[in-house]
Amino acid sequence: MSEHIVEKKIYYKVFGVLMALLGATVAIAYIHLGKLNVIAALTIAVIKAVLIILYFMHVRYSSRLLWIFVGAGFFWLGILFALAYSDFLTRGWLPLPTGWE
Amino acid sequence: MWIFLATEVMFFGGMFLGYSVYRGWYTAAYGEASRHLDIVLGAINTGVLLCSSLTMALAVHAAQLGGRRVVTLFLIATIVLGSVFLGIKGFEYYHKYEEHLIPGPDFHFEGPNAGHAQIFFSFYFVMTGMHALHMIIGIGIMLLMIRLTRRGRFSPEYYFPVEMTGLYWHFVDIVWVFLFPLLYLVDRS
Repeated sequence: MSEHIVEKKIYYKVFGVLMALLGATVAIAYIHLGKLNVIAALTIAVIKAVLIILYFMHVRYSSRLLWIFVGAGFFWLGILFALAYSDFLTRGWLPLPTGWE
Repeated sequence: MWIFLATEVMFFGGMFLGYSVYRGWYTAAYGEASRHLDIVLGAINTGVLLCSSLTMALAVHAAQLGGRRVVTLFLIATIVLGSVFLGIKGFEYYHKYEEHLIPGPDFHFEGPNAGHAQIFFSFYFVMTGMHALHMIIGIGIMLLMIRLTRRGRFSPEYYFPVEMTGLYWHFVDIVWVFLFPLLYLVDRS
C-alpha cells in the first residue's frame, strides 16, 4: 500500500507522455529500418510499461520490499526467455548427427 | 497483489515466448499475416486503453482523498472506455471472420505461407482473447467496487480494494502495450 498521494498533475503528465509515445511508435512502424523496427517498437513499449508501473501503479513511491516483488516477476520472465533462447538460438551452431549409428 | 501479478507476468510471458520463437522461424509469414491487421483500429484501441488507465489512476486518487462520488464517476468512465476497447476488438474479430482469417477448416490465406500465417493468427486470437478475458474480469471487479463505494465501505484510511483493482487494470494495460507493437506494428514497413 502506498500512503503517498500522487498529485493529479503527474498523472496527466505521464498520460501525455504515453500518448506521445504511442504516436511515435506508430510513426516509426512505417519507416523502414530493418531489424531496428522491432528494437524501436519494443524499446518504446518497455518505456511505456515502466512509466505505467512507476507512476500509475505507484511503485515509485512504494517500499523497497515491493520493488523486490516487482523485480522478481520480471526476473523470472527473464529466466524463461534466457533459458528458452539458449536452446532455440544455438540449435544451428553445432552440426547434427544424422541418426543413431 | 504483486505476487499475483508476477504469476500473470509468467502466464502472458509464456505466450509471448511462443510468439517470438515462431516469429523467428516464420518471419516472412508473420510479416504477411500481420499486415492483415488494422493498424488504425489497433492504435485507437491502444489510446482508449491508455485513457482508461488514466481514469483508473484518477479513481484511485479520488479514493485516497475519500471522494465517493468522484470514485464512482471515474470507475464508470474506466468501464465505458474498457467496453469501447472490447467493442472495437469485437469488430476486428468479426472482420477477421469475414476474411476467413480465423484458424481452422475455414482458414483461407493467399500465397505459399498459408500454414505459417495460420500460426500467427492462432497466437493473435489466443493472446488478444486472453487479454480481452482479463478486461472482462476487470470490468466485473470494477462494478463490484462501484457497489462497495456506494455503500460507503471505503474511506481515506481503507481503500485497499480500489487500489488493487487499479493495479490489476494497469497490468492489463501493460500487456496490451506489448501486444500492440508485436502483433500490429513490427512488420509494417
